[in-house]
Amino acid sequence: MIWNEEYETLPREALEALQLKRLRGLVDRVHGTVPFYRNKLEGAGYRAGDIASLEDLSRLPFTTKADLRDTYPFGLFAVPMERVVRIHASSGTTGKPVVVGYTRRDIDTWAELMARTLSCGGTNRGDVVHNAYGYGLFTGGLGAHYGAEKIGAAVIPMSGGNSKRQIMLMQDFGSTILLSTPSYALNLAEVMVEEGVDPGSMKIRCGLFGAEPWSEAMRREIEKKLRIDALDIYGLSEVIGPGVSSECLEEKHGLHVFEDHFLPEIIDPVTGKTLPHGQAGELVFTTLTKEAFPVIRYRTRDISRLITKPCTCGRTHLRMERISGRTDDMLIIRGVNVFPSQIESVLIAVEGVEPHYQLVVTREESLDVLEVQVEVNERIFTDEVKGLEGVARRVEHDIKDLLGVTCKVKLVEPKTIQRSEGKAKRVIDMRKI
Amino acid sequence: MKVEQISVFLENKSGRLAEVTGILARAGVNIRTLSLADTADFGILRLIVDRTDQANKVLKETGFTVAKTEVIALEVPDVPGGLARILSVLDAAGVNVEYMYAFARQSADKAIVIFRFDELDRAIQVLLDAGVRVLKGEEVYAL
Repeated sequence: MIWNEEYETLPREALEALQLKRLRGLVDRVHGTVPFYRNKLEGAGYRAGDIASLEDLSRLPFTTKADLRDTYPFGLFAVPMERVVRIHASSGTTGKPVVVGYTRRDIDTWAELMARTLSCGGTNRGDVVHNAYGYGLFTGGLGAHYGAEKIGAAVIPMSGGNSKRQIMLMQDFGSTILLSTPSYALNLAEVMVEEGVDPGSMKIRCGLFGAEPWSEAMRREIEKKLRIDALDIYGLSEVIGPGVSSECLEEKHGLHVFEDHFLPEIIDPVTGKTLPHGQAGELVFTTLTKEAFPVIRYRTRDISRLITKPCTCGRTHLRMERISGRTDDMLIIRGVNVFPSQIESVLIAVEGVEPHYQLVVTREESLDVLEVQVEVNERIFTDEVKGLEGVARRVEHDIKDLLGVTCKVKLVEPKTIQRSEGKAKRVIDMRKI
Repeated sequence: MKVEQISVFLENKSGRLAEVTGILARAGVNIRTLSLADTADFGILRLIVDRTDQANKVLKETGFTVAKTEVIALEVPDVPGGLARILSVLDAAGVNVEYMYAFARQSADKAIVIFRFDELDRAIQVLLDAGVRVLKGEEVYAL
């Protein structure tokens, strides 16, 4: 179901013309109103009217999280406070939070984008939307709330916590759409079982899950346990909050970026060079329509890929692949960028190999050496040396094939790779540089 | 005719073999014979014991990766050419030996050799036809 047929299915040519028009307007606007952007743009040699095509975007300077902290709290606002109607802030764990503002029109835009997102999951008038995203400074709760109201669905502003009560109300109110983090959805499923509630008796048919990275395996688990369709949605408060991109029920593969409002790019996180579509790298967003808190080339530190293949749902907006990791975890091996999540995807693809692994990087005679330690489980273990060596060679081959780096796979005994609470230590870098 | 063998994955580092044999000792499992195939990084310890299921259980419980494989035990005349004759019979029939190792038991005139073949059933038939004595599992565990 498509909320805004006109804009979401705009032919690429018309969409790109609209993007260019909006990009020009944005750059002119921030250049005129935000000293931070004026200095940065002029420092990069920008002059008014320099944006002739969408490709010129790659010549503009990036905006980083550090820039947002340095201008705390309102230094990047592009409108006077008289026009700001809402302020949100990130749940920064260290130091000052990142603060973002919205004009009345921004709030309308956001509601539109969340209406599109909810429609991706089939939400309609008459649906009961159980919104377990947190309400407050966090953008999740209120962002989703306004989108559901815009559609005309009945929204329950639950916020997080008190799972038993959540389940009771979901049952009693006949909720049909669930909004929460994916991990909270799994928690709800577990509490249902503990409370003797059959998830199959619930009316929930679709969940839109975001605000944290998750995997295909987790999707399958949620879908099986709650007997619903589970979609991945993406957003971040620096860009707008939830409503930046969403999967569709039709393909459940790749999240449509609402491109009439946001320009996505993939860059090499080290060189800053724009990468062609299809390559993995850091996701960067430019907001095309935001008034109070626009951003130019904001570096998300999230790793993704852009998919240009047309989607069966009819939306013409390109898709970003599910977030596979953070640039903070990136390794550079002999000049090649390697994300632990890429190694993990190779391991998952090899039948029987468990995604328990550790990367050990050393330097031998000024050459980087990558060792991938893989635990041997019963599914890959045979009593013959050639069988096990075959598995090791296959993983080495696939990693070379996909990432272009040579590595050595070392088979280790089960449970020898350290596991900490949910987050294993994946990388041991012993290079002395 | 088949003998159950258990295989254990070991990292090539000191103390691993002692760990496995210690676990079996504490479980009261007696090792009849063993062989270790090793590479630079890892080893595969192959064991024939008196109580296979018990050994399998205690090793799994302590976190080892264990597999059960079927092998056969042959009686080989302890004279020059004893093994050569058996191997030539197998070769003539086109049966491929994956690996083999000798049984650790003293005997007057017969040696026992453990064989792993890719086609176990056909190998047994070929050997029986050639008059080679193939030991039963129970015989081997009780040796």
